[in-house]
Amino acid sequence: MATTDSSLSTSPIGRDTPRIDGPRKVTGLAQYTSDFNFPGMLYGVPVEATIANGKLLALDTAAAEKMSGVRAVFHRGNIGRIFRSTPAPGFDRVCEERRPPFEDDVIRYYGQYIALAVADTFEAAKAAADAVRATYAKEKSNVEARLKAGDDPDVVLTTYGPAPREQSKRGDPEGAFASAPVKLEETYVTPAETHNPLELHATTAIWDGTMLTLYDSTQGVVNARSVLAQMFGLPKESVRVISKFLGSGFGGKLYPWTHVPLAVAAARQLGKPLKLVVSRKMMFQSVGHRARTQQRLRLGASRDGKLVSLMHDYVYHMSMLDDYHEDCGEATPFHYSVPNLRVSFGRARRNIGATADMRGPGAVPGLYATESAMNELAEKLKMDPVQLRILNEPKLDESNGLPFSSRHYVECLNVGAEKFGWAKRNPAIGSMKRDGLTLGWGMAGAAWIAGRFEAAANMQLRDDGTVRVSCATQDIGTGMYTILAQLAAEKTGVPLDKIEVELGDSALPDGPISGGSLATSSVIPAVFKAADQAIASMLIIAVTTPGSPFLGHKPDDLALDSGRIFVKAEGSGKGVPFGDLLRRANARLVTGSGSAEMTAFAPNPKFSRHSFGCHFVEVTWQAEIARLRVSRVVTVMDAGRILNPLAGRNQIQGAVVMGIGMALFEETIYDPQNGAPINSNLADYMVTVNADAPPIDVTFLDYPDKEINELGARGIGEIGLAGIAAAITDAVHHATGVRVRELPVKIEDLLV
Amino acid sequence: MHMFEFIRPTDPAAAIAAAAQSKTAQQGADVRFMGGGTTLIDLMKLNVETPDRVLDINRLPLDKIEVTPDGGLKIGATVRNSDLANHPKVQKDYLVLSQAILNGASAQIRNMATVGGNLLQRTRCVYFRDTAMSCNKREPGTGCPAITGHNRTLAILGASDHCIATNPSDMCVAMAALEATIYVQGPKGSRAIPFADFHLLPGRTPHQETVLEPGDLITHVTLPPPAVGSKHLYLKLRDRASYEFALASAAVVLTIAGGRITRARVALGGVGTRPWRSPEAEAALAGKPANVATFRLAAEAALRNARPQSENGFKIELAKRCLIYALRTAATS
Ligand SMILES: Cc1cc2nc3c(=O)[nH]c(=O)nc-3n(C[C@H](O)[C@H](O)[C@H](O)COP(=O)(O)OP(=O)(O)OC[C@H]3O[C@@H](n4cnc5c(N)ncnc54)[C@H](O)[C@@H]3O)c2cc1C
Ligand code: SF4
Repeated sequence: MATTDSSLSTSPIGRDTPRIDGPRKVTGLAQYTSDFNFPGMLYGVPVEATIANGKLLALDTAAAEKMSGVRAVFHRGNIGRIFRSTPAPGFDRVCEERRPPFEDDVIRYYGQYIALAVADTFEAAKAAADAVRATYAKEKSNVEARLKAGDDPDVVLTTYGPAPREQSKRGDPEGAFASAPVKLEETYVTPAETHNPLELHATTAIWDGTMLTLYDSTQGVVNARSVLAQMFGLPKESVRVISKFLGSGFGGKLYPWTHVPLAVAAARQLGKPLKLVVSRKMMFQSVGHRARTQQRLRLGASRDGKLVSLMHDYVYHMSMLDDYHEDCGEATPFHYSVPNLRVSFGRARRNIGATADMRGPGAVPGLYATESAMNELAEKLKMDPVQLRILNEPKLDESNGLPFSSRHYVECLNVGAEKFGWAKRNPAIGSMKRDGLTLGWGMAGAAWIAGRFEAAANMQLRDDGTVRVSCATQDIGTGMYTILAQLAAEKTGVPLDKIEVELGDSALPDGPISGGSLATSSVIPAVFKAADQAIASMLIIAVTTPGSPFLGHKPDDLALDSGRIFVKAEGSGKGVPFGDLLRRANARLVTGSGSAEMTAFAPNPKFSRHSFGCHFVEVTWQAEIARLRVSRVVTVMDAGRILNPLAGRNQIQGAVVMGIGMALFEETIYDPQNGAPINSNLADYMVTVNADAPPIDVTFLDYPDKEINELGARGIGEIGLAGIAAAITDAVHHATGVRVRELPVKIEDLLV
Repeated sequence: MHMFEFIRPTDPAAAIAAAAQSKTAQQGADVRFMGGGTTLIDLMKLNVETPDRVLDINRLPLDKIEVTPDGGLKIGATVRNSDLANHPKVQKDYLVLSQAILNGASAQIRNMATVGGNLLQRTRCVYFRDTAMSCNKREPGTGCPAITGHNRTLAILGASDHCIATNPSDMCVAMAALEATIYVQGPKGSRAIPFADFHLLPGRTPHQETVLEPGDLITHVTLPPPAVGSKHLYLKLRDRASYEFALASAAVVLTIAGGRITRARVALGGVGTRPWRSPEAEAALAGKPANVATFRLAAEAALRNARPQSENGFKIELAKRCLIYALRTAATS
């Protein structure tokens, strides 16, 4: 493991740092989107289609309009013009469901909005929405769970640009598989999963004649501004999007959904602030979900376990109109050394709401399949699954020939095995017992992208000795407020309680979306440059202000630490607080701004940049009552330098808890008759509860990846969910002898 | 939510008189009592319940737990589920009831939920809870989409071609095994209803779930004196470790003397259209040696008439394992 750089011993970087916004959250002072209220504010409640395919023939709004407190019922005939937002290069103007609400009268999924009731109170708006009657020409809907790829060209358009359906290929995978001495061929299925952050999607739109201000539960204020500006034909400058605290999003809140333009359009017409909070049921219908996937894996190996061929051909479901690509093959081409490989995909259109990014999109279902296949291959080879992985460790990224910027996957495996006690594993099914329970041990590897989005930031040093740092990125519960404060403290030496962080407002310098686990790595260079610029200004003040002890020095002779300006040659002991100097100069503050470009997904990279990790899992199985529980997890992550291990562990543990849900509970079920996501509530859509969360031992290897940014920090928001389901299903197999290849593992799968 | 009048009567007679004006005490009632509101308000928000009047009964003097002269227990209808589960006498003499309640819902819900409300909690069938769907229980004659749709959690015992909804209560399963009696006061006076006669099978009238008539107020429930030396257990099986309704559960109360079962009371939860007392299992246990062979026969007997739906066939095996394990654990406790 990497040793900590001792020269940075006073630095807040790499220290367990409690969240600076913690007190505001636990005292209720933190305002989430739906907590903002404005004078005269109205409430909007959408009306949902109750068919999944067909046409809206008529809407009867008369009864609803007559109800007390109701201001209007909007629909296709009276909502006014809403333009379509158009794709742009990079991560701007992204939106998963491009069709503006009410654009036509075709219903393509259950829960599609067909009207919006607006009233003085939420209750009145809800009652009015319930009173709207719709007449449909209903057609048979297709929500078939078995997936067969539709007719698609070789290159398809996706949310993030064109993508070839044969996404990676080398050697002769078919031929090598045919002649491989040991073969594994299996299909793995992951269900549709619904994002269920505690906080519902919420939006409040305020027009003041020229300016649209939107309080929105978004993971990307800058992107939301561009999308909304386009949808309402406004210059970007006329739109401001604010998202101060998010009750999480898991990717579901990355980009605006159709309720947002609905709220904006209604607020525009009525000339009043309008709040719209979607219901939990709508969360399952109209604000995205993780696609169902069906992945065929073919692995060929020599008898001693060297991979000779790997084919990963998958199909996922998607909505009728949209182009979201569930990239299950994201990690496949580089994870292991194999001379012959193919990754390809097909798509199956269904009458369902748009699919979207969900924590670890693509790679999470993808690694469930590939890592499960590796475990099954290990069993066929009678080989330890850890050894199989180590044996197939690549020297470089074989998909593009690039060196890895920093890869310590084998060390993850070794450290994890050691911490877990893997050497004591008896591979015989059901052979390990404790307290009358059968134990199952399983493991799997993980990977996730690394890099940076474009980001800008601003820093102020102020005459009261405080620092303000700002960036239009978001804190979605992950700890971004604290990260920005740590970065400012690192540069200025000012303690955290004297640092003010502002984010979640598109009026601030453009920051990244909170997605791809890239926000932290993206803001580091921007904040550091902003700090350097602010400090440079400060040093000029120090050497020019009459009465300053530094008159006569050159700025280059000086430095800033612990909030004090000092002469480098004399050491920091004799420094002067910068606030004193600012007051002497009669200046309120100095500012600096900085920005840095996008490196993730950029053309012609020099390195292959990824994080790695692994999970070791123990389950207990009590056959007499078919009771399966996850009892222990050891996770090791190679995710670059960890800026705040306290928040970092929390991210990984949270992801593991979510992974238990992915493996054992979560599944959105579509009703075969009417196409509705039928378990659209938190009693019927199971997520892991506290009682299911085992002890989770998290280790970070903490190797800085200097190709990413100056601190060597990558991201950790998503990788914890990668691989965990495969480790759990492998443990289930070890305990029960049952290989479940369609998630989630259910009691009925094990009652054999 | 439908507009309604909210009334807080302070004497039972007024409450009963107001409720007696309802057309029915079953699905579609236009007057409803409210205990904790955790079922009622939930369903009102979904427009599944649309009463014009809601009578909050929490100011009525129905909140006591008292020992009866014969040594049994009298439990007021508005006693909170948590208070009942944690009552020393319940923990000592009616452990199965305490365990059943504590295995249900969450601490917050148990703190609100009342005994009367729990007796009348409604099915969790997803089609029942969504007014956009057809459902014979909610709107008689519209059909049962669960039979051809999603039915993993629904009933394998007592279902009809018209409805296969499960009674979801844990508390009721224990009360069935304890042979509780439900006391009702109505416009025509008060009456005692044996637990086994209280809930109805769906048959052709799934919207009629109990024998209650308009104006019937549950005032209290009594438990007979505890069977001396009886062993109690409630076992609940579900996907996750907490906060989920039962896929299968079993309440068992056994008296064993000299290795033989002298008295057995068995009820199953999560599998029946009503809290499922099993006289078949009890008969298979009575007088037999308390061993696994007997328990297996009892489980077979209990599930003999089970009828699986498309997704819930596994519940037959699960319920058997649940009952066998509960009997074994209770017998050796
Ligand atoms: C999220 C969630 C999870 C749950 N999980 C479980 C679980 O795991 N296991 C379980 O068993 N239960 C569970 N429950 C159900 C819970 O136990 C019931 O909602 C509760 O017991 C109902 O009691 P209440 O007093 O709130 O009833 P209310 O909602 O007040 O009333 C329910 C019905 O009873 C009628 N009523 C109430 N009192 C009387 C009376 N004295 N006389 C006549 N009629 C009356 C009302 O009119 C209404 O029709 C869960 C509920 C929720 C919301
Ligand atoms: S099972 Fe009963 S409650 Fe469910 S849909 Fe059918 S009739 Fe309605």
